[in-house]
Amino acid sequence: MARANNQQVAPLSLGRKFADQGATLLAAGCVVLVLVPLLAIFGYLLYKGFGSLNLDFLTKTPAPPGEVGGGMANAIAGSVLILGLASLIGVPIGIGAGVYLSEYGRGSRFGNLVRFTSDVLNGVPSIIIGITAYALVVLTRGHFSALAGGAALGIMMIPTITRTTEEMLLLVPHTLREASYGLGVSKWRTTLSITLRTATSGVITGCMLAFARIAGETAPLLFTAFGNTYWNWNLDQPTAALPLQIFNYAISPYDDWHRQAWAGALILIILIVFSVAAVRLAVSRGTLNSAQ
Amino acid sequence: MGVGITVENLNAWFSKHHALHDVNMKVDANKCTAVIGPSGCGKSTFIRCINRMHEVIPEARATGSVRIGDVDIYNGTSAVQVRRRVGMVFQRPNPFPSMTVFDNVAAGLKLNGIAPGKAELEEVVERALRGAALWDEVKDTMKKKSGASLSGGQQQRLCIARTMAVEPEVVLMDEPCSALDPISTGKIEELIFQIKEKYTIVIVTHNMQQAARVAEFTGFFLMGRLIEFDRTEKIFTTPSDKRTEDYITGRFG
Repeated sequence: MARANNQQVAPLSLGRKFADQGATLLAAGCVVLVLVPLLAIFGYLLYKGFGSLNLDFLTKTPAPPGEVGGGMANAIAGSVLILGLASLIGVPIGIGAGVYLSEYGRGSRFGNLVRFTSDVLNGVPSIIIGITAYALVVLTRGHFSALAGGAALGIMMIPTITRTTEEMLLLVPHTLREASYGLGVSKWRTTLSITLRTATSGVITGCMLAFARIAGETAPLLFTAFGNTYWNWNLDQPTAALPLQIFNYAISPYDDWHRQAWAGALILIILIVFSVAAVRLAVSRGTLNSAQ
Repeated sequence: MGVGITVENLNAWFSKHHALHDVNMKVDANKCTAVIGPSGCGKSTFIRCINRMHEVIPEARATGSVRIGDVDIYNGTSAVQVRRRVGMVFQRPNPFPSMTVFDNVAAGLKLNGIAPGKAELEEVVERALRGAALWDEVKDTMKKKSGASLSGGQQQRLCIARTMAVEPEVVLMDEPCSALDPISTGKIEELIFQIKEKYTIVIVTHNMQQAARVAEFTGFFLMGRLIEFDRTEKIFTTPSDKRTEDYITGRFG
């Protein structure tokens, strides 16, 4: 076409056309590679777990060993409780540390120390964080508790949130901060109302990543929340959690428990997807789309 | 009303780099004063010292005396107090993208915790937007659209409205038209004419015609020193310093 209408423009060489199409194809291929495991896992969970999903599963506590029936209602509630606690601990501390690193601790020795510590914490095996929470909370309170589980998972959230918050705040142009200072707005108010607000969507993404990562953690809960076959709403008592229940059921010798473990895993995934989507929706409703 | 500015022995540094040397200048109230000079001559640094924005940059510092009216801003006042009296418009339009047009204008009042009641705030915003000649273009959508959705020229007028909403006495403009097309530039220059009835204006510009059009006084900076400061006609017709003449006739810079 180009050749017919405009003699000046030489047509693309075959090699360039090939490279262009090839790159597009490669990118599309990678998308498929990402989606395949995700869909495979979800599909397999649906296939294995959907059949065992019923009202009992969602409303009843576990049946005694060997008996058929019962459910994971207490574990679902316990997971919600523990994840809520973990977020209450991890989100404010993580965002606070991220704000410090980006707005106050740039280039300072203490800032670098915090950043380094946070990266190290990110690499600490989850079981070790569980042991730490055991030593700090379980031993001092004298028993396993939802609080200890929440603390362990909360600590695990901190480094991810800290570093993503820092990166997201650094992306906010310096000119916006200056615009705010120019109006006579103080630094803390600028950080809160301009910098953090401009970076909201990125900061939330960091929190959601951290949340999704800890939601399926089993090891740190083994000797903190411990698990419970009955209902418990007391933060200071051993509490059931979905990953623990799945773990226990999966290694049991009973077929019915195996089926329930699959159903539990399905519920866990749905819980994560649902909460991430809900937070995203709430945030997108509350913020202004600058493209509008 | 605007107030005069008196700058005495102002020196400024970026870390070890000495950016301004002993600058002395007396800016008249309710007049527009232009600051010209080649890139890197310290003109932006100079006006950023007038509202203590210079010290926002790490390891930057300034000494000397700058008086806004009777207040010496480097002795006994906080930078925050100074900036409420000395507004600033930047080189690139920088509306807050997370806020609507309306909230952008109201931002200075809201974030400083001095927002009046709802009805009065509407009045202040309308007055500022009318003052910046933007009202007619945004009045229907200002509570829905983001400040970042406007065109470049509109964004810069929004930034001027935002600055005027807090009613400063001095408005500093750091090359406010350098990112704009000629029509938007014309609008901003018209605006400068109108608002200097209420404010004292100091404008940095690369464009000498612009300085000649909008300013009563002009200062010429070269390598961190104020070479010449006089009435604009004098600077552009019969400058007393050879270097000023060389610069305005385009021999360098």
